[in-house]
Amino acid sequence: MATLEIRDLHVSVETPDAGPKQILRGVDLTVRAGETHAIMGPNGSGKSTLAYSIAGHPRYTVTGGTVTLDGEDVLAMSVDERARAGLFLAMQYPVEVPGVTVSNFLRTAKTAVSGEAPSLRHWTKDVKAAMDALRMDPAFAERNVNEGFSGGEKKRHEILQMELLKPKVAVLDETDSGLDVDALRIVSEGVNRVRETGETGLLLITHYTRILRYVKPDFVHVFVAGRVAEEGGPELADDLEENGYDRFLDSSAPVTA
Amino acid sequence: MADTSNSTTTSIPTDEALGLDGLDAGREDLALDLPGGAPATLTAPLSGASVPDGGSPVGSAPAQHGLNAHSHGAGVPATNRAERRTSFDVADFPVPSGREEDWRFTPIERARDLFEPAGASVSGLRVEVSTADGVTHRRGSSDASAGKGFVPGDRAAAVAWADAASAGAVDVVDIAAEADLAEPVLVRVASDAPRSAGHLVVRAGAYSRATVVLDHSGSGHVGSGVEAVVGEGAHLVVVSVHQWEDDAVHLAQHDLLVGRDATVKHVVVTLGGSLVRVGSTVRYAGPGGDATLLGVYFSDAGQHLEHRSFVDHEAANCRSNVTYKGALQGETARAVWVGDVLIRASALGTDTYELNRNLVLTDGARADSVPNLEIETGEIVGAGHASATGRFDDEQLFYLQSRGIPEDQARRMVVRAFFADVLQQIGVRSITDQLMAAIEAELELADGSGDEGDLPVVADGVEAELAGARL
Repeated sequence: MATLEIRDLHVSVETPDAGPKQILRGVDLTVRAGETHAIMGPNGSGKSTLAYSIAGHPRYTVTGGTVTLDGEDVLAMSVDERARAGLFLAMQYPVEVPGVTVSNFLRTAKTAVSGEAPSLRHWTKDVKAAMDALRMDPAFAERNVNEGFSGGEKKRHEILQMELLKPKVAVLDETDSGLDVDALRIVSEGVNRVRETGETGLLLITHYTRILRYVKPDFVHVFVAGRVAEEGGPELADDLEENGYDRFLDSSAPVTA
Repeated sequence: MADTSNSTTTSIPTDEALGLDGLDAGREDLALDLPGGAPATLTAPLSGASVPDGGSPVGSAPAQHGLNAHSHGAGVPATNRAERRTSFDVADFPVPSGREEDWRFTPIERARDLFEPAGASVSGLRVEVSTADGVTHRRGSSDASAGKGFVPGDRAAAVAWADAASAGAVDVVDIAAEADLAEPVLVRVASDAPRSAGHLVVRAGAYSRATVVLDHSGSGHVGSGVEAVVGEGAHLVVVSVHQWEDDAVHLAQHDLLVGRDATVKHVVVTLGGSLVRVGSTVRYAGPGGDATLLGVYFSDAGQHLEHRSFVDHEAANCRSNVTYKGALQGETARAVWVGDVLIRASALGTDTYELNRNLVLTDGARADSVPNLEIETGEIVGAGHASATGRFDDEQLFYLQSRGIPEDQARRMVVRAFFADVLQQIGVRSITDQLMAAIEAELELADGSGDEGDLPVVADGVEAELAGARL
């Protein structure tokens, strides 16, 4: 049973004018395969920083704490090693890669993650099935990665990758943002398919509770000022939907609209 | 012809249309001045010519993108290729100072000796030709067929012409009329002297079909000329590969004379050398000619790779298509592309397009890209150009790596994809594969990473895509 353990994680980011800025201030979190966690929190609370730090984006500097996957030191791994170890990040803003087709990209990624090229017949079938389930046109496979994709297409493409790469732990960064109801439902179905395998731990990062209507979390963590401020079950999400984040925010902090 | 009423709009694809909008289009010295991110159409009224836009009077056509838009920097007038001097006499060209329009990008201090004839001290380029049925090769200090489709366009080319004669290095490869060659003719060109010169004539007889591959290697300073005279209805592919040693300097002029209804494809691949400058000129001997000029270059630290092309449309109903793509990697890597197209008043029914793309892989590299289009008649099918320089950036790298793809493989993927469409246009699979392998070797050299990734490169898929793509 795969386990991602985050202990007392401190992360800073280099800012152009103010030098390094501390974003995460001691995050503790354990995600096991088959569990679904939601991380909710106001803008600027460090949710995305957590996602990118787990994936190893060079912009973020870990200044303290540990991240392990089944006991292996994730922080010592390069970005691609983390992915091959079983981590996956569905990005909020996936990047365009001109000239590289979706089909080539998926096959290359699958080959990298599993250490050997997938058998062509099974692979073609798997890709087609996964694309059908996400209501993606077959022509999509011949387009260049994320180039000219709509917001919904980008997110479906991220979920497609998650379904095909079968990670041990997947972090979904604001996957619901910018999606209309239909697209949100399709994407959520994809997330639920992964969830139902029981083989992937899911960490849904979201500002709103929209996606949680379709994907029921086992655990909800409220993120405030770079750490987990409160934890609970799905009822905590309902509470946040009703009452917002006000009670978690420092009353002396300036109120922004 | 100024009162023609047919409408000629020439489209300039935006970066988006060409699929480069994900890259930042910064880092280029682009003489092409596209206001507000590229208009969808352009009209190019020129002196003594008109390109009416939907029948509107010439004078009212907005000159948003005429010749004047191709300003060449401070105080340098716009190119007027028709007036550029050509001559076999070295004395007709002053020694370049580096300020001239056609030398302003070139680090001429590396090539000064190639501006003076070397007389007896010059060596002939060593040339080996793989002959076959229908192909003959001869070499001498002069040949009646040399200079029929070639005239030097700058001092270096005039010097090379004179030196080739002095060194007895005038080579002629004749392809018989109606010959249909199954295999490419391989011409190995080598320099191992401090100073070499050569002139190669390729004559493709009427209705012949052939591919000629020039493979340049060695070191030293080299001046050379290539002329391809393509007979009526012939189909000729000329591939010129430059894989010189790091210290080599090579100034070359390639002239193509395209016969009536003939098709010529000219491919320049430049990978090695300190300074390599190849100027290619296309002229049409009759109507209906079709010229495709392709270029691929990979510039590493310290390299200056310069490609110039000039398509002189004088005959009617001819086509030209110019596509040059280059990657740059390493501090001080430099690449220059200057593409001139002249559509003379007599060149009715011309269809021309030129495109240059640069992919900057690391900081410190610089690509200059200058398309020039002169149009003297409105009665053409189309004329357009595009140029963009993009970066392989850290976010692309992160995205690919976050899917388990190691950094070196991620770079290979992007570079392979970038060059694939040009290489596949060569149309000869074995050459395409060799060139892709050579480019990947460049990438690994420049990486400085001797360690190979453990993971197999998914090459078969790309090749399948190459094979499946329409040529």
